[in-house]
Amino acid sequence: MLGKTAGGVYWMYRYLERAENTARMIETGQRIALTRTNAGEDEWASVLQSASVYDTYMAKHGEIRKELAIDWMLRDKDNGSSVMSCIGMARQNARLVRTALTHDVWEAVNGCYIRAQDMLARKVSERDLPESLTTLRQRTALVRGATHGTMLRNDIYDFARIGTFIERADNTGRILDVKYYVLLPTASSVGSRLDNVQWETILRSVSAEGGYRMNYGLNIRPRDIAQFLILDRRMPRSLAFCVSKLRDNLLYLSTDYGTRSPAHNKADKLCRRFISHDVDAIFDYGLHEYIQDILNAIGDLSRQIEIDYRFTE
Amino acid sequence: MPDGTLRPAFQKYGDWMAEEDQARLRKKQREADDVFRLTGITFNVYGRSEAEERLIPFDIVPRIISGREWSRLSRGIEQRVRAINAFLYDIYHKQEIIRAGRLPISAIAQNDAFLPQMIGVSPPGGIYTHIVGIDLVRTGPDEFFVLEDNARTPSGVSYMLENRETMLQMFPELFSANRVKPVGHYPRSLRRSLAACAPSCATDTPTVAVLTPGIYNSAFFEHSFLADQMGAELVEGHDLRVVDGRVAMRTTQGYKPIDVLYRRVDDEYLDPLNFDPESALGIPGIMDVYRSGKITIANAPGTGIADDKAIYSYMPEIVEFYTGEKPLLPNVQTWRCSDPESLAYVLENLSELVVKEVHGSGGYGMLIGPTATKADLKKFRAKLKARPSNYIAQPTLALSTVPIFTRSGLAPRHVDLRPFVLVSPDGIEITPGGLTRVALKKGSLVVNSSQGGGTKDTWVLEE
Repeated sequence: MLGKTAGGVYWMYRYLERAENTARMIETGQRIALTRTNAGEDEWASVLQSASVYDTYMAKHGEIRKELAIDWMLRDKDNGSSVMSCIGMARQNARLVRTALTHDVWEAVNGCYIRAQDMLARKVSERDLPESLTTLRQRTALVRGATHGTMLRNDIYDFARIGTFIERADNTGRILDVKYYVLLPTASSVGSRLDNVQWETILRSVSAEGGYRMNYGLNIRPRDIAQFLILDRRMPRSLAFCVSKLRDNLLYLSTDYGTRSPAHNKADKLCRRFISHDVDAIFDYGLHEYIQDILNAIGDLSRQIEIDYRFTE
Repeated sequence: MPDGTLRPAFQKYGDWMAEEDQARLRKKQREADDVFRLTGITFNVYGRSEAEERLIPFDIVPRIISGREWSRLSRGIEQRVRAINAFLYDIYHKQEIIRAGRLPISAIAQNDAFLPQMIGVSPPGGIYTHIVGIDLVRTGPDEFFVLEDNARTPSGVSYMLENRETMLQMFPELFSANRVKPVGHYPRSLRRSLAACAPSCATDTPTVAVLTPGIYNSAFFEHSFLADQMGAELVEGHDLRVVDGRVAMRTTQGYKPIDVLYRRVDDEYLDPLNFDPESALGIPGIMDVYRSGKITIANAPGTGIADDKAIYSYMPEIVEFYTGEKPLLPNVQTWRCSDPESLAYVLENLSELVVKEVHGSGGYGMLIGPTATKADLKKFRAKLKARPSNYIAQPTLALSTVPIFTRSGLAPRHVDLRPFVLVSPDGIEITPGGLTRVALKKGSLVVNSSQGGGTKDTWVLEE
């Protein structure tokens, strides 16, 4: 397949994943704002930070206001990571690589774009927000479902998966990077009201509330959150899970192409950072340093993939 | 027909239509638009914001051609396409037609569409125009005229295919009642036809790629559609480079040579080393590979000389010179404004004529006398006097009409027809029907999609 096509598929799925993640962050912010009686602007600042769009938001608006924050993350064209921008870029890349996609996948992504454009043409009122966010999540899930159900398991599929998991690992890593301090063991094990909000925000931001409860019960403890989001091999948004999927797909490519790529080696090395099954070792190392190491390694891996598979020249 | 009766070919369709509920048809029309939008059958409008994609309006009433009419037409088309290929070979080799005095040297010498780089080059398989779209108009029963020969990169074939797909989905019962010749094999035929022209260095299954100017090109949908349907790669200039004397594409596993390049970019953007040095679209050195016979470019560079509007006026002579037969399909009468007598006539009768730029396309830069304002006429008069050789003029034809579906029922509109022709050493293949473009505005003669035209499914009935 063409290097450009591999790159287009990779970015299409990165953007889809990012659109979904951003939609989930908005949902989280809105949920917290509605269920905490004295939730204030701080929560939105923290949501904007988790989505890595705080600085660009402040540059445009200068103050935190709920409607502005939602609009910025949902549909502002100046925000390259807004849901609408991401869906637009996903669809743009899909057009570029249409010959690599099945009809079902193309129609799902084009349908997602058409629907999003209709829905997000104007400011979304608070009343319509839940429905819009649900629709957006369903539409992106439809693309993933069509991908899973109709695409050949060949190199095209590998690049789709690699894009998905790079973005997802990056997303989970960034949330942890912004919030690491509320997970540190020095914080009270009972947790203040503020900590509880922060912990809930983290879990919801990665759709991990139910999974966490299944594993750890109703007691939310920062150590368990860290264990769950970093090391759990069953949690589809944990760093360990995403990185092992990345390595798998790079392995398939190496097998397929008959040569082992430098990216594959880097992914192997990255995987070894998750061998420990105990999060205490990570706390000993320093949670923040560890997360930043991982984020840097993911960034380095994504650059290596672009080089190895000749996305551009 | 003018007396209000139906042509025989339309009879069955007419019976069906008479029974149909108008509200249901209106719903079907909306459904068709949704299908096109979801499939992404859109075109980008030049000069508009990059994001703007439009649907070409689709009319649900098919244009129907009888089998007998079609066989006459296709004989004429085949003759014309043979002549065009023979003409191209001759004009880039010995130029017998000029020596014989049937074509003035001036028609070639001062013509930008003539590529000196192609002199003496023989394309693989001897084919210049692998894909041709001949634009036809009809003025009465069995009276078709050739309006234009599109011998460079004719577009619109994806609409022919998708229009049929949409009709099959929406009105299956019509295809049970009428025996309509299928068109769906076109992409397969195209692939086979292109593969048959592969250079001698190619393997048994030649690598075919479609070259597009990119995602913002107005016809990008068609480029990706054809690549997809043919199982070919869709490439841009920056995916290609010359490696070891071959044109090769950058794959995830390194550079891989291409045998046949179905290019949808113009000549001047093909090779910045040999043509426009400013072009970012081309592949430096591809012309050198071409001259060494290591790649097939379809259509060959320089084919534009055959569909140039100034050469068009000589087509009857060209057909006769190379086939030894009278042309089966007539040209529309054409005045070459380079000729002083013709220019005088054109200036005298401007308000009754259609004036076209010799190198224009897409309905841009033309004057339609009968509907032009006084200011337009004045402006064109000045243009004609300033650069007469840049223009040709034709009479406004009494074009036939076909019915379209409007909010107030069926209404007549003007149409043209572009059948698609594939040429290879194995022969000439014409897909039955082609693209019918329709002027949606009442009374309008302009069918170009860039000017508000629409399309229809085109049926050729089995005899």
